[in-house]
Amino acid sequence: MLYFDYNATCPIRPEVVKISHEVMSCHGNASSIHGAGRAARKHVEGAREHVATLVGCAPKQVIFTSGATESNNTVLRGYADRPLLVAATEHPSVYFCGREDAITIPVKQSGLIDLKALEELLKENKKALVSIMMVNNETGVIQPTEEICALVHKYDGIFHTDAVQAAGRFPLSFKDLDVDFMSLSAHKLGGPQGVGALITRQGVNPPKFMHGGGQERRCRAGTENVAGIAGFGEAARLAVEQMDDFQALETLREKLENGLRQSSNRVRIYGEDAPRVANTTSCTVEGIDSAVFLMNLDLENVAISSGAACSSGAVKPSRVLLSMGVPEELAKTGLRISMGWNTKEAEIDQFLDKWNTCLKRMDK
Amino acid sequence: MNSLGINKKPEDTRVVVAMSGGVDSSVTAALLHEEGYDVIGVTLQLYDYGQAVERKGACCAGQDIYDAKKIADELGFPHYVLDYEDNFKDSVINDFVDSYMEGYTPIPCVRCNQTVKFRDLFKVARDLGADCMATGHYIQRIENPETGQAELHRAVDHTKDQSYFLFATTQEQLDFLRFPLGGWTKDVTRQHAERFGLVNANKPDSQDICFVPNGDYASVVKKIKPEAEQHGDIVDLDGNVIGQHKGVIHYTIGQRKGLGIGGGVNEDNSPFYVVRIDPEANQVIVGAKEDLAQDTIPLEDTNWLINLNNGSRQVQVKLRSVMQPTSATLISEDGYARLVLDTPQYGIAPGQAAVIYDGNRVIGGGWISKREFAKSRLVA
Repeated sequence: MLYFDYNATCPIRPEVVKISHEVMSCHGNASSIHGAGRAARKHVEGAREHVATLVGCAPKQVIFTSGATESNNTVLRGYADRPLLVAATEHPSVYFCGREDAITIPVKQSGLIDLKALEELLKENKKALVSIMMVNNETGVIQPTEEICALVHKYDGIFHTDAVQAAGRFPLSFKDLDVDFMSLSAHKLGGPQGVGALITRQGVNPPKFMHGGGQERRCRAGTENVAGIAGFGEAARLAVEQMDDFQALETLREKLENGLRQSSNRVRIYGEDAPRVANTTSCTVEGIDSAVFLMNLDLENVAISSGAACSSGAVKPSRVLLSMGVPEELAKTGLRISMGWNTKEAEIDQFLDKWNTCLKRMDK
Repeated sequence: MNSLGINKKPEDTRVVVAMSGGVDSSVTAALLHEEGYDVIGVTLQLYDYGQAVERKGACCAGQDIYDAKKIADELGFPHYVLDYEDNFKDSVINDFVDSYMEGYTPIPCVRCNQTVKFRDLFKVARDLGADCMATGHYIQRIENPETGQAELHRAVDHTKDQSYFLFATTQEQLDFLRFPLGGWTKDVTRQHAERFGLVNANKPDSQDICFVPNGDYASVVKKIKPEAEQHGDIVDLDGNVIGQHKGVIHYTIGQRKGLGIGGGVNEDNSPFYVVRIDPEANQVIVGAKEDLAQDTIPLEDTNWLINLNNGSRQVQVKLRSVMQPTSATLISEDGYARLVLDTPQYGIAPGQAAVIYDGNRVIGGGWISKREFAKSRLVA
């Protein structure tokens, strides 16, 4: 299979499978005081260090969760007493987190946050909780997080960023960014699904979302997913070690995007006017139903994704593209192609071959 | 020649199966997959299920889509869901509402087959490079060995026959379509469903119009057109006001109950029937049972699966899905067609379909027109 859907989930790294498998084969609750428990604890704490290194924070600032959706919900629902501002391009786990009072911050055509609009909203909504993703999952656009965060703090706000599509893709310093909360997910960087983290400002305890036992500094109840966490740690370690390789995907993407442009003059690529993460291409093909195009590619064993999928798998126009001012008819044709640690240069040519075959079939 | 009449090996024959999530289309897909065809299941999401059943928190997709997906996953062929809510709303629901508002008694299932399924899904099948598209309808496609033409015939099991809902299928569509269940009774289908272990083997047949919860179509119309509830006069054929109605959408041609005006057409106190609906005057017109009798039926928006020349021919016709075909003369003049029934029928409702048969073969049909209803009644 030609897998070009890394932003949905990455193929798990073999080293991660090995460690998770080993840890899963041991028994031991990380909260137990006996030897088996201590062994489990060691895996969790080792992973905590790797994840801390990944985002440039101290290990004690890392709270393991079931994934970024839980991390996002913990913060956004936990500060229900504060006005909530979220970017128009946020992931559903932020945009539809269940806060009906959420106010949308507009983005510019480039996909970047409209800072003037944000400042106005901060003036109107005192002490707001602001959530803006660091890298957009559909377009790969990188927000100026440091600048945004400073602005939010100027108005006594709290700043949360969903950094799921950023971590492991370029160097991050939680400390320098000065954000208050950051959400991470293991499976977007080659780790297992079902595990993530919430990074908190030094000395700040996040609102409690899961109640019960005293795990994770009494911040997140529930027996640790030790095998998953160990895998997350290994994925984080590898991502740091191979960060240059990720940056090098930019060359492959250039080749890919040149090929896409050559395939039809109806292809448009989005987010190019802003800094973009190296692996993501967001495009539309005017007049081509993205759902059917996706089906065609799938039948050729090529995996990409379209704008946004409902629980049934039906495709809706991309909310992200709509918010960037793309007309609805065009936003319906939105496609996302994303690469990662195991993408080979030869696959780009194979991908473009299949792309052209399917496009031709639909143009008949 | 393979079992679908295509000159290819089954594994090289791509078949798009329109899967509703019901037992019939599931068996269709399972059988073709078993025969080795390159089966692609497609289910259309036509409306917001949660909204339709007015239950908070119901999934937007509903059980049917889940069932179709599960069957495809278990049997091991690709399956996709297409969001056709907009197409369905434009082509089917709005048309349904507008028709009611204009005093017709519409059949949305025909419109759906005609537009969403056989026009839009058709294009998808072609875009996927399919050789044909199969559905679980009970109807037969028979290639005439002499002419080579694909013909549409009633299902072997007349009690399951769905030809009434498929009269608008064009020859071009028919050439591309396949109906593997048309030669079977429902029992055979259910036996196969059990053999395949399909989750929906014992699911009851759907009865109502899919987007109308509990058969209450008036509430659907009201939701979209609140003005449909405007009260008005019930009048007799001479124009005398004899009662009040609760909005024309609540009445259908031939209706006797619920008029709230009792009997009294003649001295025997015979009951009143709705014989006509006049939405422009906001009137429901009632008369005696005899006033419902009609033998001439003008047709509009016709579809023919034969070359129809000017002149007349003897045919059989169905004016409602459940009736037995009845004899009539089809008269065609310069693209204008009408039927003259051998025996007048009661309660023919404009907006319903008149489906025309030559024996078991569907030769075409049309929508029962309202424009000349009054005139044709006089002729009768």
